[in-house]
Amino acid sequence: MEEIRVGVFVCHCGTNIGGVVDVPAVAEYARTLPHVAHAEHNLYSCSEEGLSSLKQGIREHRLNRVVVASCTPRTHEPLFKNACEEAGLNRYLFEFVNIREHCSWIHSQAKEAATEKAKRLIKMGVAKACLLEPQEEAESEVIPAALVIGGGIAGMAAALNLARQGLRVHLVEKEAQLGGWLRHVNRLCPTDEEAGAFIAPLVREVEEHELITLHMPATVEEVGGYVGNFTVTVGPATNLRTFDVGTIIVATGAGVLQPTGMYGYGQFPNVLTQLELEERLMTEPPEVEGAVFINCVGSRIPERPYCSRVCCMTSLKNGIQLRQRNPEAHVYVLHRDLLTYGVEFERYYRRAMEAGVRFLRYDLEHPPQVVGDGQAREVVVWDALRGRKLRLPVDLVVLTTPLIPGPDNEAISRLLKVPLGESGFFLEAHVKLRPVEFATDGVYVCGTARWPADVSESVSQAYAASSKAAIPMRAGVVTAEAITAFSDPARCMGCGTCVAVCPYGAIELQEWDADTHRFSQTGMESGARQVAHVNVVQCKGCGCCVAACPNGAMQQRGFTDLQVLRMIEVCAAG
Amino acid sequence: MNEQQFQPRIIAFCCNWCSYAGADLAGVSRLQMPPDFHVVRVMCSARVAPEWVLKALSDGVDGVMVLGCHIGDCHYISGNHRAAKRFALLKEMLSYVGIHPDRLLVEWVSASEGSKFQRLVTEFVERVRELGPSVVSSQ
Repeated sequence: MEEIRVGVFVCHCGTNIGGVVDVPAVAEYARTLPHVAHAEHNLYSCSEEGLSSLKQGIREHRLNRVVVASCTPRTHEPLFKNACEEAGLNRYLFEFVNIREHCSWIHSQAKEAATEKAKRLIKMGVAKACLLEPQEEAESEVIPAALVIGGGIAGMAAALNLARQGLRVHLVEKEAQLGGWLRHVNRLCPTDEEAGAFIAPLVREVEEHELITLHMPATVEEVGGYVGNFTVTVGPATNLRTFDVGTIIVATGAGVLQPTGMYGYGQFPNVLTQLELEERLMTEPPEVEGAVFINCVGSRIPERPYCSRVCCMTSLKNGIQLRQRNPEAHVYVLHRDLLTYGVEFERYYRRAMEAGVRFLRYDLEHPPQVVGDGQAREVVVWDALRGRKLRLPVDLVVLTTPLIPGPDNEAISRLLKVPLGESGFFLEAHVKLRPVEFATDGVYVCGTARWPADVSESVSQAYAASSKAAIPMRAGVVTAEAITAFSDPARCMGCGTCVAVCPYGAIELQEWDADTHRFSQTGMESGARQVAHVNVVQCKGCGCCVAACPNGAMQQRGFTDLQVLRMIEVCAAG
Repeated sequence: MNEQQFQPRIIAFCCNWCSYAGADLAGVSRLQMPPDFHVVRVMCSARVAPEWVLKALSDGVDGVMVLGCHIGDCHYISGNHRAAKRFALLKEMLSYVGIHPDRLLVEWVSASEGSKFQRLVTEFVERVRELGPSVVSSQ
C-alpha cells in the first residue's frame, strides 16, 4: 500500500486567524502529527500565491492527502479541491478544517485556548484525511430549461435573459397579469418615468417569446429532483401540469406592510400608504394643501429591525409629485434617517429639496401623532433638530411602510429546500462569494425575494441569477459530489432497513452473486442472495441509511464510520 | 480535577445545510463562546450514528451535540425526523447505562440562527461543566 503523506496548509487569513491563533506554532505542531510529510502556513491560502504554494507542496513533497486549515468549506472547498486536482491529486483526498468561523472569530479573547483548539481541529482533520480515498464523480445531464417563479420585474428580466440566449423558460406567476408591484406604481425614481410604460414592452416580450411558457395564474405545487433534472408540478389543483427543468430561479418578490392601527391608518380615510398614494396618483391624483409623509412606519423597530432601503426614495419621489401638482402645497417628510445612497439618489434628494419638499427628523422616543375628527387634520411632531413641537395642518398623511417577506416565502422555502434569513427573506449561499445563488445547486434568487431592492437592482440581480443558471444549462452536464452511500455486499444481510429509511428511493435490494461478485441481472441464481444496491444518481448523500444500517454494511463516501470514529478518538485523546 | 479548572471536551455534529451554516454565521457575526467544542461536519443529522455518540462518550468526550435543520426544513426531506427519533431513544438508553442524558443535546439551528448556535453552545458547555468530567475523562 502506498505510504500516506499528508500536507497541512494553515492559513493566517490576514489577521482574521493569525491575529488570534498562533499560526506558525500550529503549523509547527501539524508537522509532528503522524503521516504528515509537510506543513506550512500562508498569509492567504486562497490567494493565487497560496494556491500555487499548495500545488507546489503537493508536487515537491509527493503529498497524497491535503489538509487546509482556514475558513469554511461552505464557500472555499471547491477552490482548494480544484487546486488539488490541478496538481494531479484526486479532489476527494482533500480535507477542510475550519479554524476561522469555528475558532479564531469566536474565541478572539482566548488566544491560547483558540490556538490549542486549532491544533486539535487540525489533528482531527489529519486523522480523517489519512482515511480518505479517491472518488469519481457521477455526471448527469442538465435539461436546458429553467423555472422562474414570479412574473415581476426580476422574474421577467431573468426569464428574458435566458430566453434571449435560446434557453426554454417556464415562468410561473400567481396573479393573472405579469408585472408584479410595478403595475401599482405610478413613476420610477430617479428618472420619473411611468412604471406602466417601463414594463409594458417587457411584458409584451415575455408574453410573445416563443421560448417562454407562461403559467398564469398558477403556483408551484411540487418540486422534486436535483440540479439539472428537477421535476416541477404547477397548479391550480384543477389543472395540474408537470414539466422538467434544469435550474430554478426564485423571483417571488416581497410584500408591503399594511400599517393597520398605526398613525390613524384605517381610522382616517385621508391616511394612506405610499402604495395607495401611487394608485391615486395614477387614477385620481389628490389635490392637497398640506401633506405629511411619515417614514420608517413599521421598520427599524425591534420587531422589524431592518431598513427596507427603497422607501426613502419613494417618499422623495411622491413628495416631488405632490409639489409639482400644487406648488403651494406644504409637503413634509418626517424621517428618522434619510437613505439616499449613490450619486443619482443624492442628486434626487437635492431635487426634492429644490422642489420645496421639507424634511423633519423625528425619533422613536417622540413619534409623530396624527390628530383628527373623522379626517386627519394635523400631525404633531417633535422636531428632533430644533428641539420643539410642531403642528402641521394636513389634508393628506402618507405612511411609508417597508417591504416585508412575501407571504409564500415559507412554503417556497420548504418546496425548494432553501433557507430563509432571520427577517424572513431568502438567504443566499454567501453575500459576497456566492450572491444570488442558494447553497443548493441549481437554485438561484433575485429581486425583492432576496431583500428590499429597487428596480435597477432587481434587474441587475435577475441578470446575475439567470447568467449563473445558464452556466450548467449551457455546459449540458453537471457532476454530483461523490458523497453517496454504498453498501458492502459481504456485510449486507439484506434486511432492507436502508431501503425503508431512504427519502429518495435510491436503494433497492438486488440479487448478489457472491461467486461472481456481481449483481445478478437474470434473477435468482444459485448462491445469490439479496443485498442493498444504491443508485448513485438518485442518492443525495444524506447518509441516513448509513446510520440506520445495523451491520455496518452501508457507508458514505467521504463520511465513513471509520473516518468519523477516528476524528472522535483523536478529539477525545488530545 | 478542580471544578473551576474543568474544561469539558465537546463534539458538535453539525449538518452541512443548516446548523453548520448557523455556526458559520455565528463566526461571521463574531459571537464569542467557550472554546471547548469541536464541530464535526456531516451532511445531515441523520448521518450521525448512535455509535458515534457512544464512542465519543466512552472515549472521554464530556458532551455531544447533534445539531440539525429545524423539523420540516431538512435539506434531505425527513432526515432530522430520523435523528430526532434515534436520539430520543439514545438519551433514554444513556441513563440506563449510567451516563447522564444531559451529556447529549439534540437541537435544531437554521442557517440564519447564529445567535441560537452561540446560546446552545454556551448553555451546553455550562451544563456539562455542572455535570463535571465524564467517568472516562476523569480517570
